[in-house]
Amino acid sequence: MNIHIPTPLRAFTGGEQTVSVPGATVGEALEQLTGAYPELRQHLFTGDGKLRSFVNLYLNDDDIRYLPQKEATPVEDSDELSVIPSIAGGCRCCCR
Amino acid sequence: MLKLSFAGYEALRAHGEETYPHECCGVLLGKAAPDGNHVRQTVRAGNTRTDSAHNRYNIAPEELVRIQRQARGLGFDIVGFYHSHPDHPAQWSATDFAEAHWVGCSYVITAVAAGKAATTNSFLLTGTGEDDKQFIDEPIEIELMQAAVEMQEERGQA
Repeated sequence: MNIHIPTPLRAFTGGEQTVSVPGATVGEALEQLTGAYPELRQHLFTGDGKLRSFVNLYLNDDDIRYLPQKEATPVEDSDELSVIPSIAGGCRCCCR
Repeated sequence: MLKLSFAGYEALRAHGEETYPHECCGVLLGKAAPDGNHVRQTVRAGNTRTDSAHNRYNIAPEELVRIQRQARGLGFDIVGFYHSHPDHPAQWSATDFAEAHWVGCSYVITAVAAGKAATTNSFLLTGTGEDDKQFIDEPIEIELMQAAVEMQEERGQA
């Protein structure tokens, strides 16, 4: 399957914006990804292996946090996984 | 340095005026270059923080997935984001910093005072990750050649 890497994490994939990896589930594909690019792991997962709170993983158009099988969700070669860090903020707690 | 067209600059400022007194938000598509991020398209996004839209913003990740797909189709990358600060300075806040995770991207903030766009500033998120990230002030360059072409086109249509 193809995994789309957002701009801030491409520094850890040798500049690749899309990485093709084998794997029968989302979790297996992620293992392949972080196996090939070990520096990515700390940017995606906490020390105890949980997905960082500000990192979203979308299997096609679905947030994997809300899929019944989550990272154990089966995938096909034609599926696409998008890594999307969150975007938020605002002027409350303003300012420097 | 952040480079964007006059039309893009005006578009993100106009967005802040339209959503006043709420914060607007959007995404900057383009390419990263050695001299900075070059914006080729601004994309409006919805602010999902309807509970506190006057001082917070959030772009739904599913919308970001769609915009990232759109960028790929155009041969662009996500190179930055913009939002407005209604009746607040165009400076990043503690919340902006805590919620900033796109290292290498430009975060553009427009102060909107009493409904009118005032100062627009850009801040580049630098570092390698959460541990060493920081915002640095980033000049904005309006691409005048692009502006001249746009003006020419407007005259031609008039």
